Amino acid sequence: MKMTVSEPGYTLTHSEEGGGLVLTLSGRISVEDADRLLTDMEAVLSEQRVGSVQIDLADVSYIDSAGVLTFFRLEDQIRQKGSDYGYTHVPSRIRGIMALIGRAGLEKPPLRSERTHEGIIETVGDAGFKVYCDFKALMTFLGDLLAAVVYLSGHLREVRWGDVLFYMRRTGAEGFPIVGLISLLIGLIIAFMSSLQLKQFGANIYVASLVSLAIVRELGPIMTAILVAGRSASAYAAEIGTMTINDEVDALVTMGFDPIRFLAVPKLIATAIVLPLLTLYSDLFGIAGGLIVGVVGLDLTPYTYLQESQRTITLFYLLSSLLKALVFAFVIAWIGCQRGFQVRGGVAAVGAATTSAVVTSILLIVIVDSVFAVVLHYVG
Amino acid sequence: MREAEPGPVIIVDGLTARFGEETILEKISFEVYRGEILCIVGGSGCGKSTLLKHMIGLLRPAVGRVLVGGVDITAADDEQVNLIRKKIGVLFQSDALLASMTLGENVGLPLDGFAGLAPRTVQLIVRMKLGMVNLGGYENHYPAELSGGMRKRGGLARAIALDPQILFFDEPSAGLDPVNTAELETLIRGINTGLGTTMVIVSHQVELVLRIADRVMMIDSEEKGIIATGTPDELRLSASDPRVRNFLFRSDTERGEGRA
Repeated sequence: MKMTVSEPGYTLTHSEEGGGLVLTLSGRISVEDADRLLTDMEAVLSEQRVGSVQIDLADVSYIDSAGVLTFFRLEDQIRQKGSDYGYTHVPSRIRGIMALIGRAGLEKPPLRSERTHEGIIETVGDAGFKVYCDFKALMTFLGDLLAAVVYLSGHLREVRWGDVLFYMRRTGAEGFPIVGLISLLIGLIIAFMSSLQLKQFGANIYVASLVSLAIVRELGPIMTAILVAGRSASAYAAEIGTMTINDEVDALVTMGFDPIRFLAVPKLIATAIVLPLLTLYSDLFGIAGGLIVGVVGLDLTPYTYLQESQRTITLFYLLSSLLKALVFAFVIAWIGCQRGFQVRGGVAAVGAATTSAVVTSILLIVIVDSVFAVVLHYVG
Repeated sequence: MREAEPGPVIIVDGLTARFGEETILEKISFEVYRGEILCIVGGSGCGKSTLLKHMIGLLRPAVGRVLVGGVDITAADDEQVNLIRKKIGVLFQSDALLASMTLGENVGLPLDGFAGLAPRTVQLIVRMKLGMVNLGGYENHYPAELSGGMRKRGGLARAIALDPQILFFDEPSAGLDPVNTAELETLIRGINTGLGTTMVIVSHQVELVLRIADRVMMIDSEEKGIIATGTPDELRLSASDPRVRNFLFRSDTERGEGRA
C-alpha cells in the first residue's frame, strides 16, 4: 500500500523584516508533506543570509506532529549555523503538539544498536554454539524424560491414562487414512518400477519379494515415522509451546506436578503404542499396493504373490521393523515435547518450535535408521 | 491541530450486532464528538468490544449504520474503509505488537503507506512517537523483551504514528499495575490535549473511566443496549438505575453504608 501526494497542502512564502527572514506558512501540513516542507524551507534559507529566522504559523489550518517535527529539524540546522530561530502567531493547538514532542528524545541514541551483518567467522561460531546449546538441551531433556519414564513405570497409577488414550486416537486412529494411502501408493510405485526391469528377465515373481522386503525392512517403518513426525511432533511442540507461553506449564509446577510426567510421558506412551501398529498397517498396505501391480500388470495370482511375500518376510525382519518403529516413536515424542518446553517469548517462537520439531525429528529418524541398517546387517 | 469539521466524528445509528442467532446489541444509537473522551463501560460479555469492532469496521452490523468522519463504513467499499482507517488508531487489549519486528519497526509500520518519506524522517517520527510514550531508546528492542506496560505504551505509539483523528482503546489498562495504569492515563490525557484526538475507550476499570472520561456510556447485557450516558458527575448525581450505581459508584455506596 503505497501512497504518494502530488501537490503539497501548504503554501510557503518568505519576506525580510528588520534584517531577519520570516517564513510564512499557510494551509495544511501533514506527514506526507514533511520531507517536501523541509526541502522547501532549506532551499529558501540557502538563498538568504540572515541573522534570524521567524516562522509565522498564523494561517496554518492543520498540522500534525510530523509537520511540527520538520520545524524542529530546521531549527537544529539554523542554530548550528549560529542564527536565531523563533515562531510567531503560534496557535494554541500547535503549542500543544510542540509540548508533547520531547525534543531531547529525538536525538537520543537507541539503548541497543541495530542488527548488523556478522562476518562469516562470527556467523559460523554463532551457529556452532547454537548447535552445541541445542544438543545440550536435547540431552538434558532426554535424561529428564527417561527419569520420568523410570519413575512412572514404578507408579503406574500416576500415569495419565486418559491422556494416553486421547493421544493414541490423535496420533494413531486419525493418522490411519493418510498412512494407508501413502503406503499403498509407495507399494504400487516400487512394484511398477521394479517390474519394468524384472520383466525383461522373466523374473516377475521377484517383484513380490522386492516389494515386501523393501516395505517391511525399510520403507514401512521410516515412512510411517516421517508421517507421524510431521503430524504429531509438530502438534506436541505447538501444544506444549502454547502452554509454556501462557504460563500453563508454570501453573502445573506450582500445583506440584512435574510437567514432563504430566505432559510428555502420556504422549510418549501413546506414540510408542501406536507407531508400531501403524507400521504394521503400513507394511500391509505397501504389500497390497505391490499385489495390485502384480495381479493387474504381471499376471501373477494373488496366492502366488502373497506366498512369495510370506517366504521373503521372516520373523526377524518383522520384529526388527517393530523395534525400529518403537525407537522412532521415542524420538518423535522426545523431540516434539522438548521443542515445546523450549519455547520462550511469543507466538512466533511456537511456530519456530513446531518447524524445528519436525525437521529435527525427521533428521534423527534418518540417522537412527542408518544405525539400524548397519547393526541389523551384522546381527541378521 | 485539527481542521474544524462540524458535527460529530462518529455516528452509530440503530446498530444491531448478532453472532449467528444470538443478538448481542440491539438498535444502539449514539454520537461521539470531536476531541472528547468517551468511555464505554459495562459488565463482562455485554458487547463493549463487539461495539468497538463495529466502530472500527472489523465487524459489519446486522442492522444499522456506523458513520466515521461522515463516511458510512458499513456500506463503503474496501478502499474507502482503508482511507478512514488511516484517520483512526486502535490500541488493542493485547497491545498486538508484531513479535517478529522491533518496537521501532512496529511503530514505523503505519508510515509504510507514505512512499515519499525519507528513512531519516521515518526514523525521527518513530523516535518522536516513542518519546511521546516515554519509550525513547527502545526502538531496537523486540516486544518480547519489554514489560506489559511498555508493550502497551509501544502499542499506543504505533496507534498514534499518523496522528489519528480518533483513537480507540480496548481495555487499555488490562493487565497493568496501578503505576502503569496511571502512566497510561497521563499519556491518554496528553495525547487528547496535545493532538486534539477524539478517544473512544472500552473499559470496565471504573476508577480509570471516572477519572478520564468526558462522557460515560454504559451498556447492559440484558437490555442489549445503552442504559445510561452522561458525564461522570451527571451520572453520579442523577443516575437512579441501580445497575448503573452498582457498577460505577459501588465504592460511593459502600462508603455511605459504612458511615450509616
